[in-house]
Amino acid sequence: MTQPPPPIASLNLDELATPPLSLAKMAWLRFRRHKMALVGMVILAFLVLYCIGGALIYSEKYANFNETSIHLQPPSLAHPFGTDTIGRDILARTIYGGQISLMIGLTAVLLELTIGIVVGALSGYFGGWLDNLLMRFTEAILIIPQIFLLLVMAKFFAGDIPDISFLGREFSGSVVVIVVIIGLTSWPYLARIVRAEFLSIKENEFILAARAIGTPTSEIIFLHILPNSIAPIVVSATLGIANAITLEAYISFLGLGVRPPTATWGNMLEGAYNYIESAYWMWLFPGLLILLIVLAINFIGDGLRDALDPRSRTV
Amino acid sequence: MSTETPLVQVTDLKKHFPITKGIVIQRQVGTVRAVDGISFSIARGETLGLVGESGCGKTTAGRTLLGLYPSTAGQVDIDGHDLTHARGKSMMEIRRKAQMIFQDPYASLNPRWTVNAIVSEPMRVHHLINNEKDRQERVKELLTLVGLSARLVNRFPHEFSGGQRQRIGIARALASNPRFIVCDEPISALDVSIQAQVVNLLEELQDRLNLTYLFVAHDLSMVRHICDRVAVMYLGIIVEMGERDEVYEHPLHPYTKALLSAVPIPDPRKERARQRVILTGDVPSPINPPSGCRFHPRCPVALEKCKTETPVMKEAAPGHFVECHAVK
Repeated sequence: MTQPPPPIASLNLDELATPPLSLAKMAWLRFRRHKMALVGMVILAFLVLYCIGGALIYSEKYANFNETSIHLQPPSLAHPFGTDTIGRDILARTIYGGQISLMIGLTAVLLELTIGIVVGALSGYFGGWLDNLLMRFTEAILIIPQIFLLLVMAKFFAGDIPDISFLGREFSGSVVVIVVIIGLTSWPYLARIVRAEFLSIKENEFILAARAIGTPTSEIIFLHILPNSIAPIVVSATLGIANAITLEAYISFLGLGVRPPTATWGNMLEGAYNYIESAYWMWLFPGLLILLIVLAINFIGDGLRDALDPRSRTV
Repeated sequence: MSTETPLVQVTDLKKHFPITKGIVIQRQVGTVRAVDGISFSIARGETLGLVGESGCGKTTAGRTLLGLYPSTAGQVDIDGHDLTHARGKSMMEIRRKAQMIFQDPYASLNPRWTVNAIVSEPMRVHHLINNEKDRQERVKELLTLVGLSARLVNRFPHEFSGGQRQRIGIARALASNPRFIVCDEPISALDVSIQAQVVNLLEELQDRLNLTYLFVAHDLSMVRHICDRVAVMYLGIIVEMGERDEVYEHPLHPYTKALLSAVPIPDPRKERARQRVILTGDVPSPINPPSGCRFHPRCPVALEKCKTETPVMKEAAPGHFVECHAVK
């Protein structure tokens, strides 16, 4: 007599119907293992909190309030980060300056993404003379060092810029100029990355399948190819934020950037080099903040690069 | 053959790819004659097999036929629509009626889309079902039809095996209720054990849905199994075409004979006894095909006039066409 085989643990069929780990969830699981990226996330979260939460304690008026009688005071209880050459509180200014710096980083990258993706996608998908034209133009911009371009453009647009008010706050119009010129000079790298991705992805059979179905070209570009090239774009955009913040610091440091009284971490450094030894607090705090945010964003970018790698399918 | 008009009519279809040199100013230095004038027709419900060795232009023929590559010359009619001149609405009509199944099941599904999104794409694009919920119901139906569980709608392609992915590809091809499907080597990337399953599925679907296939393949025994008629391609042209049994039992063109003699027979005694036709040399380049008959440099029975005169297609037996000087 043979024994009946032991029952196989019944397969729960409903389990099959539940959505699996989405690709985003898998990416997050891989990202989580990247320790430095997590550290970067924590630092970034802290800095964002610092810029937004700090605004609840200090008013913007206070940040721009000058009182020459208390200028160049070292850190004290009343002014934890000290005061600058005309007696403004540096702590309050780093808070509002951080908001502007972050905003410049984000909006400049948004502009960079828009131009870069459109140019790269058109070039990579359609090829031919359009590709030739767009890529030669892109290379022409790449040849000129970005910092030269920035300085020339900053000078060129430096005329009388009216202040603008946004969300009930007053900004120097130069913020917009800086965003535009950083965006306009940063896109070539991204465009080339996007083009390369499009060139390789469009040769896949699933693109041929979409064409055989009759899917419109715009859908092939935006629904089929773009989602598949999202990984390098996200990584590049993340690093682009850090890059934009640094670039803003460069031009502001050289005095062509955002005009006071609107503070940014970059323009707080302007003139600080005269006080490298005598008033360290003038450059230490904004400099440290720039260093921290750029480091944090670069760590996150590294983590994303590994997490979004389409070749790794493991969790 | 029946008198009703064939579903697919191909006349002297050509596809040449230019070879260009130069980075800025491009000039054409040559042409790859991938498909160089092929004509055939496929009746409704019929399966035509297109066979030939690698690089003979089978895949290009299939893709040009559906307008995925713009044709250089010739005409293609699918169900009364002239594909080579179709634009806009009539092109979409052809796209709905004619579909394609691809060779590589790992590359033919968008890795970022769920099965639901992949299979419902034709219905969405052609506005066949405009309601998201109804579309998913139809996707489930189609998955069941191709032998997959309807519960798998929300899964991603990378969670499936090669055979299952090919079934998803088939479900997508069926989603727009097509009449004609180009099967571009649908089984050559699959395991032998899975090949039979997929071929049987294709046959079953043909019976149930009254489909017409162009079956591109290089596996001759598989073609014999599924096809009604067979066309043999060599260097961009069709050298022999006829009813399946006729071509397999009485091959006329020396190239067909060589191809068939390379098919292994699963009987060692017969295998030892038979005479194999072994071709020498490589396939000539389609950039510069040989003069006269394209097969003459490798042909065991080549005549003097084969080098200069291009043979014309003749009907050697009823429905059995061959392009060879040596065949009377």
